[in-house]
Amino acid sequence: MIQIRNLTVDLGEFHLNNLSLTIHDHDFFVLMGPTGAGKTVLLDAIAGLVPVSGGSIVISGRDMTTSPPEKRGVGIMYQDYALFPHMTVSQNIRFGLRYHKIKPQRAATDFQNLTTELGIAGLLKRYPDTLSGGERQRVALARALIVAPQVILLDEPLSALDPGFREEIRLLLKRLHTHSAVTFLMVTHDFAEALALATRAAVIHNGQIQQTGQGMDIFHKPASRFVADFVGMKNIFPATFSGSSAVIENLKMVLAAPVSCPTGHIAIRPEDIMLSPAPTGLDDPDGTDGPDSAATGQNAFQGQITAIIDHGFIYELHVQAGEVVFKSHMSKAAMVDRALSTGKKTMVSFSPAAVHVF
Amino acid sequence: MTRKDPFFWVAVSCGMLIFAFILLPLVELVTAPSVAMLKQTLHDKTVLRAIWLSVYTAGAAAVISFLIGTPLAFVLARTRFPGKKLVESIIDLPIVIPHPVVGIAILGVAGKNHWLGKIMADLSIRLMGSVSGIIVVLTFVGMPFYINSVKNGFEAISPRLENVARSLGASMSGAFFRITFPLAWRSILVGMIMCAARAISEFGAVIIISYHPMTAPVLIYERFEGYGLEYSQPVAVWLVLVCLTLFLALRILAPSAPGNRT
Repeated sequence: MIQIRNLTVDLGEFHLNNLSLTIHDHDFFVLMGPTGAGKTVLLDAIAGLVPVSGGSIVISGRDMTTSPPEKRGVGIMYQDYALFPHMTVSQNIRFGLRYHKIKPQRAATDFQNLTTELGIAGLLKRYPDTLSGGERQRVALARALIVAPQVILLDEPLSALDPGFREEIRLLLKRLHTHSAVTFLMVTHDFAEALALATRAAVIHNGQIQQTGQGMDIFHKPASRFVADFVGMKNIFPATFSGSSAVIENLKMVLAAPVSCPTGHIAIRPEDIMLSPAPTGLDDPDGTDGPDSAATGQNAFQGQITAIIDHGFIYELHVQAGEVVFKSHMSKAAMVDRALSTGKKTMVSFSPAAVHVF
Repeated sequence: MTRKDPFFWVAVSCGMLIFAFILLPLVELVTAPSVAMLKQTLHDKTVLRAIWLSVYTAGAAAVISFLIGTPLAFVLARTRFPGKKLVESIIDLPIVIPHPVVGIAILGVAGKNHWLGKIMADLSIRLMGSVSGIIVVLTFVGMPFYINSVKNGFEAISPRLENVARSLGASMSGAFFRITFPLAWRSILVGMIMCAARAISEFGAVIIISYHPMTAPVLIYERFEGYGLEYSQPVAVWLVLVCLTLFLALRILAPSAPGNRT
């Protein structure tokens, strides 16, 4: 278990601010955050590579706050893999063996197994600069894992790879985690990676942990505006609550459950917002009234499309209803079917369950 | 930049001018003495001794710089601390100080009126007119070139390589000797060549500390003063040739580590 208490690191541009975090044994813990949030600094601090100005780091019950990196049993794999360019693949992988009391026979077996499992047994005599990105990554993994660390820190392991490779390495990481006793701590700015791999996850911002929990929990129930934004809840509005209804600007909507505090935020995922053709004969130019939400059990408002943004596979539509702009995602095919275009009137609807309150 | 661009032709003309400026005097120097003259100079024991003294004192300066300059270069490349700019400026001082001033400054410390000079006198170390004195002077003027070159070499190596080595169990020195040093080897060698090259050409400071034993530049100066241009040229040619051969050989022999190919 890694227990980080009130950790403070100040490297000028990058800093950690009174950060606390607990990572359990054999977690695949994913730390998410935007670039510059302090992710890599936290990894470096756990590995003992940056000076800590306050707080403590306890690994498996031993206070490691001031221990040198070589005494911590923490392996690290950087985004650029940091293979030793003057050594062959084999020499790279064996680098750490001499510092650990591993019997030569055991080391030879581990070496064999790891290189076979990682599919790099054929590369042993090559130098790093002749390897592809994926191959380098596997070598870096083997090098870190062969000394059997308690924890392995992975710094954005997938972001430098071609998209096709990512899936493969993601599966490999999952397999390695399942088959070993090592705790994995990975940092990424990609939320999808986190969802696919994490047993537990946290969001870091400005050198502080914003939220910790299961990946899906963070995805569905962000605890703050920042996290909601980070996990892609594009519709985040300040709201006032009374019972199980909420008011944003002049729109009143139904919630799945009553809320106790009078003010806060609501957030709705763009894929939960449905667009349907405006009912004919509805003579309501400002579009704020709509059908009575409470009566239908759905929240529905009349609006007008103000912008359509091309995101590749999907379109993001901005629909203004009253003073509020909702953002909705729609596949390209659906767009063509419904002949939607900027300026068209449309109905915006979402179920009370899709409205997240915090 | 296209060929039609006037700036291209300005650059070419300036380049030619510089080439002529550097090569014309040197070519004149090398071609002036006759082959017979050159052969004859080779039999002159004084000349051989002076060239040998120049080569090995410069080499010694490079080795000393290597031994005590490398750790400092590493620290300068890897750490940031208040006053670092000042430290770097102090290291560069020997480059900007006029050469005779260097000699005079060192004499001031080595003399009997200074505590350091007294300690050295007690240990019967003499700098005035000795090989040790020459080596001290050459190290003084050559060291900045070594440290700057090696510092750049260390800076070019990602600290992440050392970090990974540490995380795999290597101590700080283990990471340095197994990772950083082998990767920086080329720039260390280049640094030593730069240092030795600067040292071998030193005249102004050497002549103040030690007229005798005579290094090649001092001998060339003496021949020029005593007998004229004609007698100094053959010695100069041999010094230039020896230096060129040595430095060229070192450059060629410098091992290029795999993965570090340039």
